[in-house]
Amino acid sequence: MMELVCPAGTPAALRAAVEAGAHAVYCGFADETNARNFPGLNFSRQEMAEAVAFAHARGAKVLVAINTFPRAGDQALWHRAVADAARAGADAVILADPGLLAFAAERHPGLRLHLSVQAAAANPDAINLYATAFGVRRVVLPRVLTVAEIAAINREVDVETEVFVFGGLCVMAEGRCSLSSWATGLSPNMNGVCSPASHVSYSDVQGQSEARLADWLIHRTAKGASVPYPTLCKGCFTSADGKGAVQTGHIFEDPVSLDATQLIPALQRAGVRALKIEGRQRSRAYVAQVVRAFRAAVEAAEAGAPMPESLLASLTEGQAATTGSYAKTWR
Amino acid sequence: MDLTVGANAFFWSAAAVRAFYAALAQTPVARVALGEWVCSKRLPFWQDEIPHAVDTLRAAGKEVVISSLTLITLPRERRQTAELAEMGLPVEINDLSVLRHLPDGAAFWVGPVVNVYNEGTLEWLARRGATRICLPPELPLASVARLAEAGRAAGVAVEVWGHGRAPLAISARCYHARLHDRAKDSCQFVCADDPDGRDVDTLDGRAFLTVNGVQTLGRAVTTVAHQIAELRAAGVSALRLSPHVGDFAGVVRAYAAALQGQTDLGADLAGLMPGATFCDGFLAGQAGAAMTGG
Repeated sequence: MMELVCPAGTPAALRAAVEAGAHAVYCGFADETNARNFPGLNFSRQEMAEAVAFAHARGAKVLVAINTFPRAGDQALWHRAVADAARAGADAVILADPGLLAFAAERHPGLRLHLSVQAAAANPDAINLYATAFGVRRVVLPRVLTVAEIAAINREVDVETEVFVFGGLCVMAEGRCSLSSWATGLSPNMNGVCSPASHVSYSDVQGQSEARLADWLIHRTAKGASVPYPTLCKGCFTSADGKGAVQTGHIFEDPVSLDATQLIPALQRAGVRALKIEGRQRSRAYVAQVVRAFRAAVEAAEAGAPMPESLLASLTEGQAATTGSYAKTWR
Repeated sequence: MDLTVGANAFFWSAAAVRAFYAALAQTPVARVALGEWVCSKRLPFWQDEIPHAVDTLRAAGKEVVISSLTLITLPRERRQTAELAEMGLPVEINDLSVLRHLPDGAAFWVGPVVNVYNEGTLEWLARRGATRICLPPELPLASVARLAEAGRAAGVAVEVWGHGRAPLAISARCYHARLHDRAKDSCQFVCADDPDGRDVDTLDGRAFLTVNGVQTLGRAVTTVAHQIAELRAAGVSALRLSPHVGDFAGVVRAYAAALQGQTDLGADLAGLMPGATFCDGFLAGQAGAAMTGG
């Protein structure tokens, strides 16, 4: 059966995910070593050890994401996170930075290494490089590939592949985006945050509701209508072509989120080993609901049965769901 | 500290490419990276200019390397990448996967879109043959100083993004095509209409970003005009200047004069690029779009 890898931003969410049928849970320490460094989220060292014990007792794995890029001069913080994950009994660490991978491979040779989506390994050459150089055993593929491309990658690599099937969607190559720091000074790579809540403000101006990131206007709606969270790449902007035509709207990406439920059999045929659900910032109730639905889907795929119709429409960001790049319409 | 001109981000005609490198050869730039690093579909339209530009620049005493693509997913893109290593020039890698195509022990440069954030990664790249690294534009000065120090110890020259619209993101999706309601495969090369990229403003009319096919850049022009002394003190080896339309050769000369301490670079740039907005926030540890003035 394909492995279902589920998010946990808190110990309660981890327990909920395991009880709902997660084969593996991924989580991080409560600091800037992981790419969901949000207030109130993530695990202390003791909570991590307890989480591993809880998951292992129920046959589930714990994967620790240490997937920001260590700050020059402060690498020890990231090195300690790898050592502490190993000590807590983590089944693998999920890393993105080559320097940190080199450290982990040398100093913790028994620790299983997964390559984070933040490393943006988008072709077999990249994957084979990480496998050869660091002994990486699994690669989380960037959300820029079609199912056919994923199948082609799996024919050329010996490591396992994991793909996102549900949740938020980066339209930019992950780990290669500084849009957030352009506007706010804080980025996913350096700080583990994107379009951070600390820089978000909402206001009503002249009959309209506005959402800003730092002082940049990202969304504007009629007053009373709900204003989306101002994630930069999903904002509304305007662009003139210099010849009189002006386009206004979602220049980069519509506010859709990923739901690849119906593609699970195709991903299985493509040789994908594990399916990942995004959302470490989500509530435990959300996590439980999504995990249950996807566990049923993975079991159906294993039995050759049709995929259940998605029961998750109400949980997707905005109103619309998309199969993202996997069944690409924009190439 | 000296000057490197990076590969052009935009889609220019073959004639524009030829004129650009002919003019650049007459400037005091020490070295040049050239090649298509944004979109593989553009390369056939101007690749015949590459040997000509290499000859022109080398005849003028410039060191020249060939730049790789940034995002490599298609079989065609992997083939293009493999062919780079056969051109007889050192390669500037803009994606780590390019390393798989280089001969063992080959020296290479690392472009500004490879994630070199710390000493560990710099040292790993140095062990693999890196001799020059242009750091990611979002790094603050404190990190730049640490990396320049690590570079000295490892025999790697460290550059910073000195001038030009900073590359902020790369996508498999083409925003130029999307703006024209076209799919990427039938883009009809609309990005050629915007030789400095296409402006993206906020809904309240503030200049914000620039789209360039699959790449997104900052709209304000990054400049280290007011930070040269700090960068020199930090041990930075070179400033990376990024091509744009207008009097780019004049821009290179202005930076060269500034490195000699001969000029007010901020004022020079304002004169050379009328209407441009400048920024320097990343190095100061602030929002990249901010202008601190040093």
